[in-house]
Amino acid sequence: MFEPSIIGFLCNWCSYRGADSAGMARMKYPPNVKIIRVPCSGRISPELVLRTFREGADGVMVLGCHIGDCHYSTGNHRTAKRMPIVKKLLEYTGIDPDRLMVNWVSAAEGEKFTNVIKNFTEKIRAMPPFVETMK
Amino acid sequence: MTEKIGVYVCHCGTNIAGTVDVEDVSKWAAEELKSRGVVVARDYKFMCSSLGQELIEKDIHEQGLTRVVVASCSPHLHEPTFRNACARAGLNPYLFEMANIREQDSWVTTDKVEATKKAKALIAAAVNRVAYQQPLNSLFVPIDPNVLVVGGGITGIQAALEIANSGQKVYLVEREPSIGGHMAQFDKTFPTLDCSACILTPKMFDVGNHKNITLLTWSEVEKVEGYIGNFTVTIRKKARYIDTSVCTGCGVCWEKCPKKVVDDVFEAGLGKRKAVYTPFPQAVPKFPVIDRENCTFFLKGTCKACQKFCPTGAINFDDQDEIITIKVGNIILATGFDLFDPRRIPQYGYGRLPNVFTSLEFERLSNAAGPTGGKIVLRDGVTVPKSVAIAHCVGSRDKNYNSYCSAICCMQSLKFAHLVHEKTGAEVYNCYIDIRTPAKGYDEFYQRLLDEGTHFIRGKVAEVTSTPRTPEEEGKLVVQVEDTLIGKQRRLPVDMVILSCGLEPRRDHHKIAHLFGLSCSADGWLIERHPKLDPVATMTDGVFIAGVCQGPKDIPASVAQGAAAAARVLSIIGQGEIQIEAATAIVDETSCVGCTQCISSCPYQAIEFLSDKGKAHVNEALCKGCGTCVGSCLSKSISLKHFTDEQLVAEMVGAMQVMKSFQTMEVA
Repeated sequence: MFEPSIIGFLCNWCSYRGADSAGMARMKYPPNVKIIRVPCSGRISPELVLRTFREGADGVMVLGCHIGDCHYSTGNHRTAKRMPIVKKLLEYTGIDPDRLMVNWVSAAEGEKFTNVIKNFTEKIRAMPPFVETMK
Repeated sequence: MTEKIGVYVCHCGTNIAGTVDVEDVSKWAAEELKSRGVVVARDYKFMCSSLGQELIEKDIHEQGLTRVVVASCSPHLHEPTFRNACARAGLNPYLFEMANIREQDSWVTTDKVEATKKAKALIAAAVNRVAYQQPLNSLFVPIDPNVLVVGGGITGIQAALEIANSGQKVYLVEREPSIGGHMAQFDKTFPTLDCSACILTPKMFDVGNHKNITLLTWSEVEKVEGYIGNFTVTIRKKARYIDTSVCTGCGVCWEKCPKKVVDDVFEAGLGKRKAVYTPFPQAVPKFPVIDRENCTFFLKGTCKACQKFCPTGAINFDDQDEIITIKVGNIILATGFDLFDPRRIPQYGYGRLPNVFTSLEFERLSNAAGPTGGKIVLRDGVTVPKSVAIAHCVGSRDKNYNSYCSAICCMQSLKFAHLVHEKTGAEVYNCYIDIRTPAKGYDEFYQRLLDEGTHFIRGKVAEVTSTPRTPEEEGKLVVQVEDTLIGKQRRLPVDMVILSCGLEPRRDHHKIAHLFGLSCSADGWLIERHPKLDPVATMTDGVFIAGVCQGPKDIPASVAQGAAAAARVLSIIGQGEIQIEAATAIVDETSCVGCTQCISSCPYQAIEFLSDKGKAHVNEALCKGCGTCVGSCLSKSISLKHFTDEQLVAEMVGAMQVMKSFQTMEVA
């Protein structure tokens, strides 16, 4: 079976701790996602997402605090505005915009985190490997 | 690559080693990552132990390591531990990186082979990243020794007194007219049956008269800016319409006030107060407030009875809200709870059946200073009940409302049963799911209740109804409950039902969390930094939480947390200055085009525009290192130290290469 490679950019305060909560509760999810910690989802520039696809990632996840709960008060507002534009950019360059997923996971939402990972992994698994689509 | 990198893989007992083949991982790192600069890779049972840390220090000294990677638990747990170990051995702490192979690998992955592969990918990512990390030096900022305590219940009172007694200045903000909180409303405290007010009011008095405490009642925090050591807090002092500089608290105003208002707050709706009032006689401060929404003068333009009779001329109808700003170094939140509203469980009849009472209403009924002078009577104000049912877990341990246990309801219900017995001699039925009496003296109290003859029925109350089925049920409230110990449905005809309501987060808990930069659990309680080892600190440095705002707890636990938070704050004040995050943003002036995108994206106004140069400039003391500016910079001229593009790309590439190599191996 095709095992997709997925990179998740997670904010340090909500989503990364949400991932830790899932671990503390021993919830199980597929191992395809490798997490990279950033201070705020607002740190994630369009270039970083594109660069990750260039490296051959089958999917990219951007997770941040819920709107209104950002540790930096409004950093994730930028994410909420920026990522739809990045999706448009992906579409323009011929990359299926569904390969980029943006979601909000709080530090307490281990269960939600697990479901987000499971659903996204399944979705990406159902797509052809990214490198093949770029040939 | 000229860096010499050391990789340390932790077993964490069997927490990691039970799922990840740690020996294989460390061998793999030594061989496969040699080209990336790894000169030593070890696995060890507990890297966080002193022996584990010494292993790192020794290698830094003997092997001349220039970078260190530890693959273990979450950096939220042990990043400071290993950074300190590096620093002790003379290596800049920012040349250390952690791979989270416990919370995000061994604990969440079932397949051992997959977990081992994931660990390798995460370690490769960390090794790749660490090579690009730069030494950073943290700024030290002085700590303002003044402290803000928000919430004047028993927790806030305890915290404020501890700090004030040590000689530091405290601002205590309370939104009601008096401090005291819920504890001031209670009659007795379990299990000792001390009179609640008798043990609380001396502490309130101490707060009111303490030279180091500035008491700001009838006030609310509006804005919090700054960071640990240097917060600027904006507080709204609501108009009291009383000149507190001349008021003596004599009480003539509320004696003469003709307007009676149902007191929904302190008397839980059972009693009345005047439009000018103090919530209770021992209120601190002693000054009343005028309730603008109910005052006849504010409604109709005439009356002013209070002003006519005030002997010192303290009534001031022109009083305005006052906005004040204070500077503090640390903040303790003790904002408490709201009672679960039992109207949300319509089958219990609260609000529809008059003789169904909430726990807080019962406290006021039983309180000698309450509206009935301590007589336990039905809603008509005269009839003494002959039988009383107490429903436990109202709104708690119930998926439809709150799934958590409110921690105090069992003991509170036992206390109610005792008081009803003692004061009325009525038959008492306690309907419970489980009896939870885990603290000192609590189970002894339960045994005492059993001896007193209280009936205990194990079963959650299904319904309270006034519709009789038999002649004995005429004119009674009937409690329908399944007695799960005898396996039968029972109908208990009683005169009074007390709902032992659970504790809920403040209705405005989201606003509180947002104001102070904290997060809430799914239930709405404020989240502590670590549930076991750091229960009063939060993820926002300099902001502490204590008491029920952190989760349901009883008075002794709240007092302990109040004191604990005070101790944490005092230890910070004692340091005099504190290290702040070194990972701040920096502008490369050679390529900055002065478009100001970063300035508009910064949540902290930490970036200014240098008009002489036409460039952006970051103020390091204000920057909190979120990196939102980096994400929005169009010319890639601004970067965030410790989270630079090349570091994040290297980390991503490291993980991707390993993942891809495993894929190719499988295909082959």
